[in-house]
Order: sequence, then C-alpha cells, then structure tokens
Amino acid sequence: MQEIEKNQKKPLIVAFCCNWCSYAGADLAGSSRLSYPAEVKIIKVPCSCRVNPIFILKAFQRGADGVILCGCHPGDCHYSEGNYRTRRRMGLLFSMLNYFGIEKERTRIEWVSAAEGAKFSAVMNDFAKTINELGENRRLEDLRCKD
Amino acid sequence: MHRIGVFVCHCGSNIAATVDVERVSNALAHEPGVVHSVNYQYMCSENGQQLIKNAIKEHNLSGIVVCSCSPRMHEATFRKTAEAAGLNPYMVEIANIREQCSWIHKDVEEATEKAIVLARTAVAKLTLNKPLVAGETGVTKRALVIGGGIAGIQAALDIADAGYEVDIVEKNPTIGGRMAQLDKTFPTLDCSACILTPKMVDCAQHEKINIYSYSEVDKVKGFVGNFKVTIKKKARYVDETKCTGCGVCMTNCPSKKGLNSFNMDLNTRPAIYIPFAQAIPNVAVIDPEQCIKLKSGKCGLCSMKCGANAIDYKQQDSFVEREYGAIVVATGFKPISLENFNEYGYADNKDVITSLELERLMNAAGPSKGTLVRPSDGEHPHVITFIQCVGSRDVSGCGKPYCSKICCMYTAKHAMLIREKYPDTQVNVFYIDVRTPGKNYDEFYRRAVEQYGVNYIKGMVGKVYNENGKLMVQGSNLIDNEQVTIASDLVVLATAIEPDPSVKDLATKLTISIDTNNFLTEAHAKLKPVECATAGVYLAGVCQGPKDIPETVAQASAAASKVIGLLAKDKLKGNPCVAHANEMTCTGCSQCAEVCPYGAITYENKEFRIGGGKTEKRRVASVNPAVCQGCGACTVTCPSGAMDLHGFSSAQILKEVEAICKR
Repeated sequence: MQEIEKNQKKPLIVAFCCNWCSYAGADLAGSSRLSYPAEVKIIKVPCSCRVNPIFILKAFQRGADGVILCGCHPGDCHYSEGNYRTRRRMGLLFSMLNYFGIEKERTRIEWVSAAEGAKFSAVMNDFAKTINELGENRRLEDLRCKD
Repeated sequence: MHRIGVFVCHCGSNIAATVDVERVSNALAHEPGVVHSVNYQYMCSENGQQLIKNAIKEHNLSGIVVCSCSPRMHEATFRKTAEAAGLNPYMVEIANIREQCSWIHKDVEEATEKAIVLARTAVAKLTLNKPLVAGETGVTKRALVIGGGIAGIQAALDIADAGYEVDIVEKNPTIGGRMAQLDKTFPTLDCSACILTPKMVDCAQHEKINIYSYSEVDKVKGFVGNFKVTIKKKARYVDETKCTGCGVCMTNCPSKKGLNSFNMDLNTRPAIYIPFAQAIPNVAVIDPEQCIKLKSGKCGLCSMKCGANAIDYKQQDSFVEREYGAIVVATGFKPISLENFNEYGYADNKDVITSLELERLMNAAGPSKGTLVRPSDGEHPHVITFIQCVGSRDVSGCGKPYCSKICCMYTAKHAMLIREKYPDTQVNVFYIDVRTPGKNYDEFYRRAVEQYGVNYIKGMVGKVYNENGKLMVQGSNLIDNEQVTIASDLVVLATAIEPDPSVKDLATKLTISIDTNNFLTEAHAKLKPVECATAGVYLAGVCQGPKDIPETVAQASAAASKVIGLLAKDKLKGNPCVAHANEMTCTGCSQCAEVCPYGAITYENKEFRIGGGKTEKRRVASVNPAVCQGCGACTVTCPSGAMDLHGFSSAQILKEVEAICKR
C-alpha cells in the first residue's frame, strides 16, 4: 500500500524546450541514450521567449512540482534576441514565485545547444534530483481545478 | 466533433522494446475525440503511410497524432502523408516517444506510462489545431558567398556556372585565402598557386561573379529566399576602378616597415601594397596605421607617382545593400595563438616557427625566395625537428580538444620536400599518432619514412630551449622507452587550427549556431552536413570543422548544389506558424512591434462597428506573415492577450500543460 502511494506521488516536471537548440539537444540526448528521469515531460515551443509566465503558473496550479525552461545560449538565439527576453522575464517571475512561497529551486532556466545532448541529460537529472529533495509542491494547487 | 486518429509506431524494436505499443494504442483509443487508434511496425514506411492514408479516408479523420521518432525526423513526412489523403498538413501532431522515451528509459512500465502521457498531450494539443495554409514568397536569384578562400571560390564558381549571380565578400584585400599562402599541396605535391590562381582568375572574369574584396558583412536581415545584407566596403584609399596594379606606388612608398601578414610577418612590406603578385583584384591598398600621409598629412609620394591617378586619401568606408536568396559561409581558419605553449619557446626563439611560416619560407614567392633558411641568421639549417599536435588533441585547456586533421599530412609533406631539396638535412618528427585516412594519404606518409628517410619519433616534446645557438628539443621516445634531446637548427610546430575569429560575430548576424570550439554547426551531422538550422544558409570549408583541400572543395560544391536547388525555385513555401492579432482586443499599444526582431508588425487605423449604426476608428496591430518568423516574442509581451501564434497558440500550450499535469 505504501509502495503504491509512493508511486502516485512521483514528482511531475514540465520542461519547455525551444525548437532550435534545446529540443534538438534533447533529441541528441535520446539518440546518445543518455537517460534522465521519466517524470520530465517536454513541451516544444518555437523559442524560449514564447513561454508566457501564465504557462508556468498554470503548471504549478495543476500540480507540477518543477518547471524548467531551456533555450539557446545567449547570443545564439535562432531569432536573434528571444532568449534575452526570456532571461529578463523569467527572472522577474521566479522571484515573484519565490515570494509566493514556491521555492526558487522549483524553477530554472538552462541554455542547452543542439550539440549538448550530454548537458541536456545532466541538467534534467540534476533538476529532477532537486525536485525530489524538495518534495511535493501544493502551494499553487487550485482545489477547484481538481478532477 | 473531433475525429482524431492515433498511430503508434514500433520503429522496429527501437520503440517497441521498451514501450508496450499495444497498451499505448489501446489507452489512446479511449481518449475523448479519438475515434481510431492503431500501432504498426514502421509508420514511416510506404505501408505505414498507406495505413494512415486509408484510415484518414475510412474514418473521416479530422486530425492525426503519430507517436514515433522526433518531429525533427519525420514530421515533414507525416504532414505530406496527411496532405496526400486530403487532410491539412498542420492537422498533424507528433508524440516523440523514441528520443524522449524509449531510448532513454529502460523500465517498460515507466516508459509505457510516459509514452501514454506524451501521446495524450499531443491529442490535447491537436484538438485546438486549425488548418493552416503556408504563404508563398518569391526568391531573389542571387547568392552571397562569405569568404573568398578555396571554399568560397569553388562555391561561387559552381553557383555562377549554373547561371545565377554570386557576390563574394572577402575581408582581405584579395581572394585566395589560406590556400594562396601554401607552397605545395599533399598528396600530389602540386604547387598550390598553380592550381588556385586559375580559379581566382575565373572568379574575376566570370560575368555572374562580383567580388567585394576588403569588405565585411555588416548587417543581415530577412530570411531564406529574401535576405537583405549590408556589406561594408572598408576604405582602401585606392580607387579600384582606376588602379592597374602596376606596383609603382609600392616601390616609391617611403614607409616600408609594415609586417607582411601574407608572409606570416616574416618580412616587411610598404604602407601601400598588393598582398601578392597574383592577387585578385590586383589593386593596391593602403594600411592607414602605417601610411605617413594618412597619419601626419605629409608625404603623398604614391599619389604623385601613380600614373592612373588612383590614390584617394579621402576615401571612406562605404556601405552597399544587396538582396540574396541564399548565403554560403566559408570563413576558413587561422592557426591558434601559441601564448599558452611557452615550453616550445616560440616567442623567444626566432628559429622556432609554425608550419604556415615554413610554407612561406619554402615558397618561391616567399621572403627567402624559396631557399630554406633560418629566420635568425639566414643560414641553411642542417637538423630540422617537427613537433606535431601543438595545441591539437589537448584536453588540458591550453589548446583544442579536437584533431586538426591536416597536420600529419602537411608535416609529412614538409619533411619530404626538405629531404628532396636538401638531402644532407636531418629531419625528425615527434608525433603522438600519425593519422592518414584519405585516398593515397597513407602511401604518401610511408614514402616520407621509407623513401625519404624521415626520422619519426613516437613521443611528446616537453621542452625546447636554446643552448649555444642550438635549439635543444627534449622529448620522449615511447618505442625505445627513453628520453631524447635533439640539437636542432630549426624547430617547426604543427600548430592546431581554429575557425577564423570573425565567425563568432557572423554567426550572431546570421542566427546560426556555433559549437564550443567556435565551429559552425550543421543541421545534421550525417544527413545535412552543409545545411544550417537556419534555412537558406549553407556551410563550406573549415568554418564547419577541420578539413583538407579536397574535402573543402567537395563540401563547397555540395553547398553550391544546395544553393542552386534553392534558387531554381520561383516560389518558396513560407512557415504558416506565424503571429496574428485579434483586432477586437488589440489596443494598439505598440509593445509587440517593439519586441519583434523582424519588424513584421505594423499598425493601421481601422474602422469597427460598435453598434447603433456607429463606427469607431481604432489603431490595431497587423502582422506581415511573409516577414514574421514565428518566434512568439510578441505573444508574451502583448498586455491584452490579442497576439497569438498559429501552431503554438496559448490555448494549445496550456492544453499541453494540463495534459501533462493530469495525474
């Protein structure tokens, strides 16, 4: 019984990856067979700057335990400057979440290029480890949204 | 309402070995909106695609989800499949259950669960997909080649021969690049200038080729088929149209102490110079740092002596804006700086030289007219020691982790040429490994050892120091397991090569990616070796990775064929996943236009009916779909939520978040 409960409480991690660098980096991690925990689920966006803070709030509201954003390295953005906007925007959002009592560590931005499969896997392993240590996140969970 | 079909691919055993595909297709069959769910061995095969087409028709599907490999691999394939069956190609979503699931997880239970979630997420997104139609744009039938070395020259000639206009932008005063500096080329030992200069002349004379020498790419705007490039023509203080290249100015210039970079700074040149005799264009250039007239206002000798009246001290940098359909990047390489390698004594001893310096010393047009002499005293060296892998295959952080690929072969070439010309010379080579893959390459190296008696020593060099005028090379001989010290007259360092430093800036301008060693990244390491992730930009030569001349030429021709294929099209299909504004909620605040990197957003005053027969004029945003590249920056900036992105709408992404977070 305890075992089942443990399984049900497996953490949930949403990873937003930009199409040009990080999603390709995730593909490279896959084709290099570099594993990372199954709780990481990827959503593809054209650029990290497509990620609206609302998407992240929604994820936490729906019970995500961690949200990670991956984009091209600064200076390498496919759209020239999208990731700079992401960096500014998310800096603000993350400090606000922290103020709400959602630990800073539950959110993260990482720059992963298309050639960095190993980095993608390492980043996801590390993030999942952090989220596991932090445990379940119920802070923003909206009871009205429960199925 | 929705009539969604789900197709789960086994990918042979790539997916099926770790994901229970049967369970995935069964689980998805019960998802709301899904009317058909099957699994099959190879969805991308002809039979697999036929299965999808049949299902679309038979079940009157409104959209399909293919659970397979990465969309980067087969999204285009399945979009075509859907289109062939009468479905809009953008009613297709891919659940990446191979790269993101079966390949990285071992536990079948865990992988199957994840595959189901990924498939559900794709279905959730698909319920909000809308049919999209790609717009068409015209193609500017002209190509830009950045870099005028052998890669750029070959690419330009191939494109021009196919009938398209080509501009070459070269930052130096002449085209020719590194190959022009070489003496002989391996493995056939033909003279570099003899095979290169005719191609340079071909470029200059080709009616379709236009050379912008002493120029740089300043700005790049636009996208595949329609790039707008600003070229900066640096002031050369000589009117290109008038200069005849006679060289009278060079002999009369009183300021003769400038270092001759074409000869690797081994000798000097005047302030007004033509880099080398066969330069294209054969036009002089003034070094403003060295010219007495430009620095102090006094002199003007060259202008007085110039019969063509070509000298123009008032010339300024000028800018040209040109349009191109495609761009080839061929910016080449430079040897690394040796400041981290004090052990070889390069900075302290004139007779420790790099291989490229040796090329100039051995070249008949070089500083010593082809006679091999020591730079310090002009004497003929009797013992020459080569050190390979200087900065290559170096994981210590001082040099480069990669193999520079060309050094083993050119060192064998140098050793052979020296032994041929000066049989009394003793030639030693310290090496870690000798790498000679390539047609007739190993035979070439063995000739150096067996026929020319070059003394190859397996081992690394720890130190080079000067003792009574001799260069003592201290290293290890791993075969005999002993320390050796060789008293040498000349030491040649096979220096690692790295991409030309200009490439970093250029990569940012072209929005193409570079790797940790500053090499440009190709779209696919095996299947798209000359393409970039940015459409319409192609790579040739060492800017993409170390390679020798035959490989560079092959890659340049490959890049050219891609360019020709692109320019042959009259219309290009655009990306329909672009931004659009909801005019009902747009307040005309301009914030979206401020963040748009492409200037795709403009404003218009439109009349709207507001009831009671009245109308009101409001300022609303309007997106030019041909210019928008679909990054989505505007959608997040928009305070009223009026901006959204086709294919990645806020509602779609929120649906995906919900589907993933559903426990």
